[in-house]
Amino acid sequence: MSQISVRNVSKHWGVMAAVEAVTFEAAQASLLVLLGPSGCGKSTTLRLIAGLEEVSDGRIFIGGEDVTDLPPARRHISMVFQSYALFPHLSVAENILFGLKVRKTPKADRSRRLERVASLLGLGAQLERKPSQLSGGQQQRVALGRAIIAETPVCLMDEPLSNLDAQLRAEMRHEIRTLQQKLGITMVYVTHDQSEAMSMADQVILMREGRVEQAAAPDHLYARPATAFAARFIGTPPMNILTLSPGDDGTVIAGSQARILSQPVEGLLLGLRPEDVTLGGEGIAARVLNAEYLGADTVLTCAVGSQALTTRISGKATSAPDAAVRLAWRPENLHFFDAASGHRRDDVAAFAATDPGGSTQKRLA
Amino acid sequence: MSPARLRTHLHGWLLLLPAAVLLAAFTYYPAIATVLDSFFSTPRGARPSIFVGLDNYQAMVQDPIFWRALDNNILYSMSTIPLTIALALLMAVWVNGKIAGRPFLRMAFFTPTVLPMIAVANIWVFFYVPGYGLVDQVLGLFGLPAHNWLGNEHTALACLIVVAVWKDAGFFMIFYLAALQQIPPQLREAAALEGAGRWYFFRRVTFPLLMPTTLFVLINAVINSFRLVDHIIVMTRGGPDNATALLLFYIYQVGFKFWDTAYAATLTVVLLALLAMLALGQFLFLDRRIHYQ
Repeated sequence: MSQISVRNVSKHWGVMAAVEAVTFEAAQASLLVLLGPSGCGKSTTLRLIAGLEEVSDGRIFIGGEDVTDLPPARRHISMVFQSYALFPHLSVAENILFGLKVRKTPKADRSRRLERVASLLGLGAQLERKPSQLSGGQQQRVALGRAIIAETPVCLMDEPLSNLDAQLRAEMRHEIRTLQQKLGITMVYVTHDQSEAMSMADQVILMREGRVEQAAAPDHLYARPATAFAARFIGTPPMNILTLSPGDDGTVIAGSQARILSQPVEGLLLGLRPEDVTLGGEGIAARVLNAEYLGADTVLTCAVGSQALTTRISGKATSAPDAAVRLAWRPENLHFFDAASGHRRDDVAAFAATDPGGSTQKRLA
Repeated sequence: MSPARLRTHLHGWLLLLPAAVLLAAFTYYPAIATVLDSFFSTPRGARPSIFVGLDNYQAMVQDPIFWRALDNNILYSMSTIPLTIALALLMAVWVNGKIAGRPFLRMAFFTPTVLPMIAVANIWVFFYVPGYGLVDQVLGLFGLPAHNWLGNEHTALACLIVVAVWKDAGFFMIFYLAALQQIPPQLREAAALEGAGRWYFFRRVTFPLLMPTTLFVLINAVINSFRLVDHIIVMTRGGPDNATALLLFYIYQVGFKFWDTAYAATLTVVLLALLAMLALGQFLFLDRRIHYQ
């Protein structure tokens, strides 16, 4: 059963369209991530679900009820803001209890729930402090506490971890996901960080310029990006997007003799993940441009014709700049996109040449 | 001290000198002189001033007009301060919201502050003129009789209170408006999600967060209420029968109409002590209850 349903929702400010005909559904007790670069409309979409902005068009359903015209308080949701929005003059306990006091929850019930939330988030020792006396991570926990004490079925999160340092972010990411699963909350989570989306989400809605670029589970998004934009947005380092040009007997990487397709096709882009490219063997000839050592692996940037191609190899690379190398890949790891529209082109994959990536030959032999 | 250091010191003192001279001549010397004068008699013609100890203070305690002025001033303060602050806050909250013609409203509320006090007082004198003043004209529409607002012992002080509230509320509104804009809008959204109404949010969040501003405004309002003299000179001259004599006006009268400078100095010392006590009390009492960001 879908807990949240966003149907054909648009938001316009004058002539500017912030969100355009967005449709998606979030299943009960799942974590849905709205992902995209800044200004893509993901936060606006979240605010529309929360009721902090009015939709220009479309309907929003929460728990089967049409909430499009309801005020935020009647949508049975809680929300964590990017800035945490803690009340600076109130103690941690008062901050967490704010909503319960508004709704005049009985005192015994309040203290029982506060105790539970405080122990759940490890805030027991900080309850009497003011937000300004807490670290960023603790403030984040208080904001989280204020959201979960309401025990609403839906929780909205607007880039909740963007003000934390990298290590804390990874910790909190895990903690939020655990909490969400433990409490069975339906969560809509906004972020611009693709690694957050990949590690936490049941479903990712990738947005771009106010529209949904692709809606899919993280593994699907990674394995079969629908557009060149989606392909580049997911994964670090991002997918290589190479321009292809029709050659004498098929399609080659622009400026090289590396044959990719056995048929000549115009206006095509090739997508290839760095981790799918291997070094050595009988692959295509390339020249090393630069090596970036990251500890566990090295990102090697190589020139193929007029295009640059990154590859990720484990350990420290021995290849010096300007060295000649050979690069290979499996044909099933190739992604094709239309150069004009950016859309995925699976129709041409059938023509994938069997000779440029040496691994194909090895596999056949 | 080496010549270089000496020169640095010399330059420092030279730079300080103009400000120090002005402060000493117009603030410190008069303040100290006033306190000293309050222990001496007023020099008159052939009689030079002599040390009289606390005689001036004793005379003050027995002076019915001083008590009348103090009573008037307390009544005036107790009514203008809460009214002004409440009105300032109300206007600030209103013009901070999303309403049509907001810049115009802000300007309109602030205008009384910009106008010269003497001009303002004159305009209000016309409003209060019996029979054909604005107030009586409006009341006349409802069939009410003409009334000598400023000439009546019972209404004169109230008339001055109205003018003071009208004049100061816009000024204090600006401080509240600035403070309101410091409150992040996410707080309102977070409260709205929890179902907090406007009044609840104001009571639990906005008002406590405005407390530093309220303290500042309160101290200024107290000082203003003990400092009023120009309106009285233009509108009532303390009359009728001292009904509108406030402390500072009485000091002015004693000092510059009756030329009893020693007694005026005594009254000034008392007024200053009163103000210092009030300001200190406010800081000590309220400061601990205020959340500063």
